[in-house]
Amino acid sequence: MSAPAVELRGVSVHFGRTVALRELDLTVGRGEALALLGPSGSGKSTALKAVAGFVRPHTGRVLLSGEDVTDLPPHRRGLGVVVQNYALFPHMRVADNVAFGLRARRMPRRQVEERVSEVLSMVGMADYRRRFPRELSGGQQQRVAIARALAIRPPVLLLDEPLSALDAALREEMLAELLRLRGELPDTALVYVTHDQGEALALADRIAVMRDARLVEVGPTDQLYHRPRTEFTASFLGAANLLPVEVVAAPGDGPATVRLAGAEFRAEPTGGPVAAGARAALGVRPHRVEVRTDGGMPARLLAVQWRGTGFRLDLELDGGTPLRAEVSSVDGLPPVGARVGVSIPDGCPLVTTGAGG
Amino acid sequence: MLFRTRRSRFLLWLAFGVLFGVVIAAPLAMVGLAAVAGTWNGVLPAEYTARHLADAASGDALASALVSVQTGLVASLAAVLVGTWAALAVRSAPRPVRRVVDTLLHLPVAVPSVVVGLSLLVAFSQPPLALNGTRWIVLVAHLVIVLPFGYGVVSGALDRADPALAEVAASLGAPPALVLWRVRLPLLAPALSASASLSLALSMGEVGATVMLYPPDWRTLPVSVFAQADRGEVFLAAASTVVLLGLTLVGLLTLGLAKGRAAER
Repeated sequence: MSAPAVELRGVSVHFGRTVALRELDLTVGRGEALALLGPSGSGKSTALKAVAGFVRPHTGRVLLSGEDVTDLPPHRRGLGVVVQNYALFPHMRVADNVAFGLRARRMPRRQVEERVSEVLSMVGMADYRRRFPRELSGGQQQRVAIARALAIRPPVLLLDEPLSALDAALREEMLAELLRLRGELPDTALVYVTHDQGEALALADRIAVMRDARLVEVGPTDQLYHRPRTEFTASFLGAANLLPVEVVAAPGDGPATVRLAGAEFRAEPTGGPVAAGARAALGVRPHRVEVRTDGGMPARLLAVQWRGTGFRLDLELDGGTPLRAEVSSVDGLPPVGARVGVSIPDGCPLVTTGAGG
Repeated sequence: MLFRTRRSRFLLWLAFGVLFGVVIAAPLAMVGLAAVAGTWNGVLPAEYTARHLADAASGDALASALVSVQTGLVASLAAVLVGTWAALAVRSAPRPVRRVVDTLLHLPVAVPSVVVGLSLLVAFSQPPLALNGTRWIVLVAHLVIVLPFGYGVVSGALDRADPALAEVAASLGAPPALVLWRVRLPLLAPALSASASLSLALSMGEVGATVMLYPPDWRTLPVSVFAQADRGEVFLAAASTVVLLGLTLVGLLTLGLAKGRAAER
């Protein structure tokens, strides 16, 4: 088996007294797409900068294709980097921006021309080669930035919040574009930093969830979504309600029985084994909560927000536990302030309280 | 906007006009008139002549003007080079070092030019660096006086520059020298031009340190003006001042054109 495209071994980064990244171990396989997902200040961008060589790890090693590059400056690493504000060279035309890396490598002029045309066509910007960056829209600048990074045929493409500066519609379009590019470049590994779970779910094969300079959890996308091991992952990836429950029975492997506000459910202990009598958190995604006029667990309807595609309901279970629900229609529901019935499906992930911070 | 009505705006412009007229325009106009005055006993000169201007553009005065131009060019070029180098260098230094160097580089602003002159005189009058009595001590003095401004302008521009540009350039395979040459310096071009303009203007007008240091063969125009006025040749001094103003203006316009072209890109 060949060495992974990127490997971080115990990488810590300090800025003065602040620890920006703590003992990160992570691998990205050849051609794999890994999303680094977390809120701001979680260390995800710092991890990316450590891979690119923009910051120097305090401890630990960075390996690219099995080669230790910890002491190599960025220009000797051969990675493609796309940053949030694109960082196009404002004094160069589009074609010169894209050609920059090729010329730095002293590629013959003809080949530079060919490669520039090739990557600009790949991102649909072939007609803009004579423009200056300031003459382009945000989405177009982003395409050029991606073309510039891809021109040098990097084995790894690092993307730092590449869509966060775009408006919602453009973000969707660029996300589709990135997915298409992934299909065209099956051998290029992708490390994608984002705070948007939607982008991470759409693009990544695996997701690494980060918080407070630490890696919380890493795993295949669907596993992390459906079987989160920590409270943080459950709430950050899919915005699950974390309901405090009591474990009634736990047969070891297989579903456990938990109790919440007098009702009992079956739950999947995804965060490791739980013992009967313990407190745990049940991760319930808002769209899995059913709200009716009666029956189920008694609750009070606190607020209704129309979200276009559906409605978001803020509820409070008897006993004071807040609960968010997403429903497609509020027809037949009583007005805000009234009492409703709530039901939660069996099989929701059960995580131990406090795990992962 | 505080001044909304026509009347209050008129009063504002009037106040500005009076201030500007008395403080800046009137003295300059007087110097301009004095430069072409034959005799001047009333409010305005009684007769006009080009003699003083001709004198100011020939002989000793001309030599003095050429000295000033050379001093200004050398000092501003050196200030831009050293200032830019220092501004770039301190950014890769640890924070405490950066703060100390930054303070040191700004120190000459706080020191009167006479003190700069005296300290150079004391420092460079003995071997091994006996610069006293040579033109070099004047050039050194000018560099010391304009360097903080040359450095400050470039440093300010670097503070506003996006570090991601240099990082991305490096990631694309460009070694530091190439990043500097192809990305960082071109983006600094407007600041370099502004830095040169400011340094040139300051150097062309410097008199406090120069008057203590200049050797007979390297007398700058402001020192000559000072000497002429001291001898009572006020009209010649005024004419020399007009020449000085003209030369400085030409230099600044040239640099301004370069700046405009750099900013266009």
